[in-house]
Amino acid sequence: MRIQVDAEKCQGHARCFALAPEVFDVDDYGQSSAKNGGVVPSGLEDKVRLAIDNCPEYAISEIPE
Amino acid sequence: MAKLGPVDDWATDFDVMDEAYILDPFPIWDELRETCPIAHTKRRGETWLLTSYEDVTKAAHDIGHFSSLEVGVIAPEEVDEEPILPYGLPPISSDPPLHTWTRRLLLPWFSHAKVASYETMTRELCRRLIDGMVEDGYGDAAAGYAQQIPVRVIARILGVPDTLSDTFTEWVRDVLEFADDKEKSQEGWDGILEFMVTQLEQAKSNPQEDLISQLVHTEHEGAPIEDTIVLGIAGLVMIAGIDTTWSAIGSSLWHLATHPEDVARLVAEPELMDSAVEEFLRAYAPVTMARVVTTDTEFQGCPMHEGDKVLMNFPAANRDPAAFENADEVILDRAQNRHVAFGSGIHRCAGSNLARMELKVAIEEWLARFPAFSLAEGAEVTWAGGQVRGPRSVPVVFS
Repeated sequence: MRIQVDAEKCQGHARCFALAPEVFDVDDYGQSSAKNGGVVPSGLEDKVRLAIDNCPEYAISEIPE
Repeated sequence: MAKLGPVDDWATDFDVMDEAYILDPFPIWDELRETCPIAHTKRRGETWLLTSYEDVTKAAHDIGHFSSLEVGVIAPEEVDEEPILPYGLPPISSDPPLHTWTRRLLLPWFSHAKVASYETMTRELCRRLIDGMVEDGYGDAAAGYAQQIPVRVIARILGVPDTLSDTFTEWVRDVLEFADDKEKSQEGWDGILEFMVTQLEQAKSNPQEDLISQLVHTEHEGAPIEDTIVLGIAGLVMIAGIDTTWSAIGSSLWHLATHPEDVARLVAEPELMDSAVEEFLRAYAPVTMARVVTTDTEFQGCPMHEGDKVLMNFPAANRDPAAFENADEVILDRAQNRHVAFGSGIHRCAGSNLARMELKVAIEEWLARFPAFSLAEGAEVTWAGGQVRGPRSVPVVFS
């Protein structure tokens, strides 16, 4: 599973960071980014799907294989 | 301002200061969403009320048509004199470009790392407040607990001595809860401004670690930041960071006091706390924000004119059945919850990390000491509303 965070859409709600801190990083301005080039470590897929489903700005998306 | 009569027709003559609305807005929102999702009123000037998730988030993102130069749900009265803060309280009361750089100055004060540094003091404060209630055997979850927490955290950020916290609370209450009472809200503003101007002057020669001190000694595009902008940013932190959060804490505890099954579940399953906090934020979002229409436009079929006010009702959006299953039910483990309690778009609440931490800590500490509690028999729960909705008195007993 590979994901990306749209920096233009992200407004720093930080819901992704709360749900999956292993996968997302948030800077001091609230900007979220995907760690590890967006590659989700195996076993964390469900958490990441939860993060996608809870982003109020629809800023996170899965990159098709 | 003269008292206005009760509302008969919510679609064409709504009033967010109406007593029935403040007490129980949920059926009104439900009816409006079904019959007329964008309501209108001429009370206090031409104003539109958006109640659906789609409309609220659409308006929040359309900063070209909807300006933040007026964000109060009730228009301030026209005055002849020059305003003391010509930019209001940036970034909340501004559009880009002023919004962009003032927000960038403010955001690091509410980063995860910064917020984590306030957690211990928040927890200790909660425990002290609870100790007092244990001794008394009863308490007011709103006045005696929720209202006592955020003000002291904000006071720390602003470098206010703890001894002034009660005065601060009064000022903020006067400004936000007595928007209809010009004399009272002016008293609050005077107190806040006088305190902050003193802080500002002291910060110039003797800077401390507080927000005002740091801003005074920060430059924007090679020049010091204007005093009125520093004061505006500090004023925003005070106005936006106190009764909003105490309202969220108060509403959450009111919910728990009236839903023993949810208390039992949270006590038994503390791992649900994070999703429960988001659900309380969704179901009891306190804040409605306004925008002003910049140019005549048609929005979702409604003819809006330059200067009209548009109320983005985030609490109503969060109850929209088109966006949330069983929207009127509080579901502690709701998995998908794109609530907009903190707004949407470029004005997302800058203090949302802090508010979440305070809400979570306040509930955790409360439940740790009161794993069973309920409304006191015959208790009268009172609510404030308009811009910020939450309970002001929630008498409870511990069993």
